[in-house]
Amino acid sequence: MAERSFAKEVEKLRLGAGEAFEGEGILAITKALLESGVGYVGGYQGAPISHLMDVLADAEGILSELGVRFEANASEAAAAAMLAASVHYPIRGAVTFKGPVGVNVASDALANLASSGVNGGALIIVGEDYGEGSSIMQERSHAFAMKSQFWLLDPKPNLPAIVKAVEDGFELSEATNTPVMLMVRIRSCHVTGRFTARDNRRPPLTVREALSAPRRDFSRVVLPPMSYTHEQDKVTRRWPDAQRHIRAHGLNEFHGPAEAPVGLVVQGGMYNGVIRALQRLGLADIHGNTEVPLYVLGVTYPLVHEEFLAFCEGKESVLVVEEGQPEFIEQQLATMLYRAGHSTRLYGKGMLPMAGEYTGQVMLDGVEAFLREAAPQYLPAARRAPNREDEPLPVPDLSSVVPGRPPGFCTGCPERPIFAALKLIEDELGQHQISGDIGCHLFGSLPPFEIGGQTMGYGLGPASNAAFDGGGEKRAISLLGDGGFWHNGLSSSITNAVFNNSDTVTVIIDNYYSAATGGQDVPSSRADNPSKSTGHPISDALRGVGVKWVRQIDNTYDVGRMRETLREALTTDHAGPKVIVASSECMLNRQRREKPLKAQAIREGRRVERPKFGVDEDVCTGDHACMRLSGCPSLSVRHTGDPLRDDPVASIDQSCVGCGNCGEVAEAAVLCPSFYRADVVSNPGRVERAAARLRGRVIGWLQARRRARRLDFAEMS
Amino acid sequence: MNEQTTGFAARPRDARVDAIIKVAVMAVGGQGGGVLTGWIEDAARRNGYAVQATSVAGVAQRTGATIYYIEMAPQSDGPDPVFSLMPAAGDVDILVAAEMMEAGRGIMRGFVTPDRTTLIASSHRALAVSEKTVPGDGIANAEDVRSAAETAAARCIIFDMERMAVQAGSVISASLFGALAGSGALPFARENFEESIRASGRGVEASLRAFAQAFDAAAGAAPAEKTTPAAAATPRPAGPDALLHEWEQLAAEVAAMPEPVRAYAAAGLRKVVDFQDLAYGRAYLDRLNAVLAEDDAARDHALGAAAAKYIANAMAYDDVIRVADLKTRGSRFARVRGEVGVAEDQVLRLTEFMHPRGEEICGLLPAGLGARIESSPRAMRLMDRLFNRGRRLRTDGLWAFMQLYVVGGLRGWRRRTLRHRVETEHLEGWLRTAMAYRAQDYDLAVEVLRCRRLIKGYSDTHARGLSKYDRVLEGIALVAAREDGADWARRLREAALQDPQGEALDGALATIRSFASAPPPRG
Repeated sequence: MAERSFAKEVEKLRLGAGEAFEGEGILAITKALLESGVGYVGGYQGAPISHLMDVLADAEGILSELGVRFEANASEAAAAAMLAASVHYPIRGAVTFKGPVGVNVASDALANLASSGVNGGALIIVGEDYGEGSSIMQERSHAFAMKSQFWLLDPKPNLPAIVKAVEDGFELSEATNTPVMLMVRIRSCHVTGRFTARDNRRPPLTVREALSAPRRDFSRVVLPPMSYTHEQDKVTRRWPDAQRHIRAHGLNEFHGPAEAPVGLVVQGGMYNGVIRALQRLGLADIHGNTEVPLYVLGVTYPLVHEEFLAFCEGKESVLVVEEGQPEFIEQQLATMLYRAGHSTRLYGKGMLPMAGEYTGQVMLDGVEAFLREAAPQYLPAARRAPNREDEPLPVPDLSSVVPGRPPGFCTGCPERPIFAALKLIEDELGQHQISGDIGCHLFGSLPPFEIGGQTMGYGLGPASNAAFDGGGEKRAISLLGDGGFWHNGLSSSITNAVFNNSDTVTVIIDNYYSAATGGQDVPSSRADNPSKSTGHPISDALRGVGVKWVRQIDNTYDVGRMRETLREALTTDHAGPKVIVASSECMLNRQRREKPLKAQAIREGRRVERPKFGVDEDVCTGDHACMRLSGCPSLSVRHTGDPLRDDPVASIDQSCVGCGNCGEVAEAAVLCPSFYRADVVSNPGRVERAAARLRGRVIGWLQARRRARRLDFAEMS
Repeated sequence: MNEQTTGFAARPRDARVDAIIKVAVMAVGGQGGGVLTGWIEDAARRNGYAVQATSVAGVAQRTGATIYYIEMAPQSDGPDPVFSLMPAAGDVDILVAAEMMEAGRGIMRGFVTPDRTTLIASSHRALAVSEKTVPGDGIANAEDVRSAAETAAARCIIFDMERMAVQAGSVISASLFGALAGSGALPFARENFEESIRASGRGVEASLRAFAQAFDAAAGAAPAEKTTPAAAATPRPAGPDALLHEWEQLAAEVAAMPEPVRAYAAAGLRKVVDFQDLAYGRAYLDRLNAVLAEDDAARDHALGAAAAKYIANAMAYDDVIRVADLKTRGSRFARVRGEVGVAEDQVLRLTEFMHPRGEEICGLLPAGLGARIESSPRAMRLMDRLFNRGRRLRTDGLWAFMQLYVVGGLRGWRRRTLRHRVETEHLEGWLRTAMAYRAQDYDLAVEVLRCRRLIKGYSDTHARGLSKYDRVLEGIALVAAREDGADWARRLREAALQDPQGEALDGALATIRSFASAPPPRG
């Protein structure tokens, strides 16, 4: 069950021709796929296209009505490999994953696919995780298109343009027998807007029908001598075909006056940012009608030299607006100008920064700097000689006040107690070599836990400790999530450890979902999934590949047991990999699942317990030792107003879900007795209520007795 | 580049560009920024505006800082307006901040400028991890943000929208939306905003309540909230007349103390009497009076105030008896019931998490016996084997309650315990050290008294606190002869409060040692 349900929104996918579609980018992409007669779809979740996978999963009913196969692939490599169906069959297929890390994983299949070439349109929708909000290393997927010779679309970030790019992509792919990558950036995945829908189309040939009439073409196999032929085909036929197709169908756009001394060459995705900069400089109107010519690249690979050179005709200078590094486009354009003996001067990096997101300010500064240098007459008088006299009062510098706020574990997260136990075991046995992996558990490397100092890729945590497989005075520890385990970890990390007799410890963090990407199911998920097969325990898989030392912990909140098991794994004389599977359900998902059920049960008069933790303020000394083993959003500190106290005391707010970490940690780390757990029982039975009343009376009497013999300050405040 | 004008004739600036309304929402993941953004978008559409919203949903949503962005303009003929997908510094009309430091982050990023920005911020705090984990007080100063906001924004609407929402049984997105509507910064009628809430269809009534309250607060130009410090009243406890009579005498003595000392002494007296008894209160006042006798009115009684505060804290140390006493009081049970909201027809089960070690049990024994056991490793191992484990006590049940109740009633025994002896010796040693510095350096004596702040927590944390205290006092001894000795003492203490292991303190001590070996500058 995914974190966000699109069950309501997917109804929009049924809209017919002429109706107005309103919604988010990812939903629009799905609609466009259906309008394009796609035959199969798949992918692997990851921001920013996680929601696209969720939409596809929620739309499975609509997809199957149209005869479209949806596969939740095991990895990006699996997704890309699925596009093989379009090699021989005239069926359109689309897969989605994040870039560039997903593209890294997929690149083996993509390279083979690009060499073989395709018959049906093959579309790879990549959510480029770059800039603010990104969770990965800052690179470009662009390079993959260049090295494998497939085409890269970069539509303007609005719904009509993105929707059109889907259809354009399929056509381009089929016209050139080449897979096409459609790139959307973080914000365009979630941008809202509207477009006019078309009717959904059934694929002319469904994958089911294709199985009845299998086809094969030996010339598509990537083996010599065909692989040599493929390379020649790429450059002598597919590439020029692509350039012709791009020109014929106007996939790149020209805006603004035909003649001007300067112009801008813009990646499609940069269009809105460039227009905003021009708007702020008074050079474009609200609709984007610009006074500076723009050459907007809907296709950023391959580039079309005839178009570009024509654009440069009569211009003294052009500026390339290309986000990220290195500047692949700019280099190619420079080569074109040089080879053509053109005198137009090319600007790009330098006016704009080589690295980092092109934010509003960066874009404004870059465009303005270019115009000031190349065509100052374009700049309004005020900007040509800015008047510095009416500068506003300087705003106080808050950089030393405002704390950083990196992402962290949610309230009640089952991974928190695992990291608390790891921290406690390090207090006991000293620091260890620890590798992290990709997933929510990577937040454990941030304060307050600061555990794990490396991450080499999804499912590669234990593999990244392989150099230490030989063991030593202390064992290396690796972390691996359930998502990473099934993605790549089982083979690349676990089997690798078994085969190499690895003397290391691996902790597999199993929260029943691919939680960081939004709670999608994985093979070990425990929920029933109507269309996928779940309930395959990780520990079974471990034993299946030959791990002998496996410990399954079914309650990660048991910090004491967690610590004991870690101690055992770190000290046992067992040879070979030691693997602990720590399983408890993602609290975000659990709450979403249980809350309505509990509310329903209370309404129906059934007995329900609701746990919540609290802190006795006067017992808490304000040392914050518990905070350093928690970081829970619901556990905070506050000033009491007591003049005798300097430091704030612990306090638990209403968002507490009673996961138990506070009590466990207080107990295991011998912290302090301030915490209490209060379970409120709704609809208790008659006996339970009577017993509670009786106990309450006795306790009340004892309390009153003691109170009467002393000075009582409780009512004072 | 020569000034040439070919191919360019400037047209007048498009006024519609300046009419685009740009709204940024800065929130902490999980605060419902997405819901709020959806409402704003919907309200704009209802008013015939073209609108575009974006967000950066990713892992940043998991309790991290996150941002949503909306642009809107009156719908006109022709193609849709071209909107930006992200806010730009100096170009935001409305910044909605769902938390005070997020408002600060918005200001830092340049999204709040005096020429255009209406800042709508909730004054409450959701603390970042870094603010919670320091052993001392790491809470960022929201007043700094507030004063920066007043300089940076064209208009500020700041009040506690979180509390308002919780009181209405809703979440902060509803009160933020109300404040946005009430601010008048968007040219839409109140009904349109409310219609958007209704259309979303979940928790509508509670959302509308929170919306309405925030609307009124924002429309009424939001009365500037000032947190009034709780008045230091001199209330009367309840209890038997004989005890009350004696209490009045002690309280009268406090009332006669110099003004800067009084508030601390009143709270201190309450604390120690509550901890033990009136005789203990007498002992507290005696210790305090001894310090006051050497105090200096010209120094604003800083010494007396520090003594009043920290002697009370030192005397009311955290032993097993105190914890058991506090946990079993009727007032505490009532407080817990209120906090978790137990209705008449519900039952409360209460679990305490205790982990007494051998040391704590020894501390309860008569001083001589306890000390003998503590000095024998074998006996201590046995104690630990017998007692050292986590215990979960169900204090709503009679058995566990009685255990704690009995321990909590051992106050009469307390003066004989090992822990009491240890604490009293430490307290007296500390006071002696401080007062020994008094004649030579008043400020240094004050700083030494304040070092008591370092001792807190239980078990290992307490031991670490003691060790930090010892190291700080050693450091102070090295600089005591210097003119800036008090300043160094303060720096050492602050360093000790920065991190749990005392790394900052070690750094500060190393600095001191480097110059302490040189002859002191005072001559």
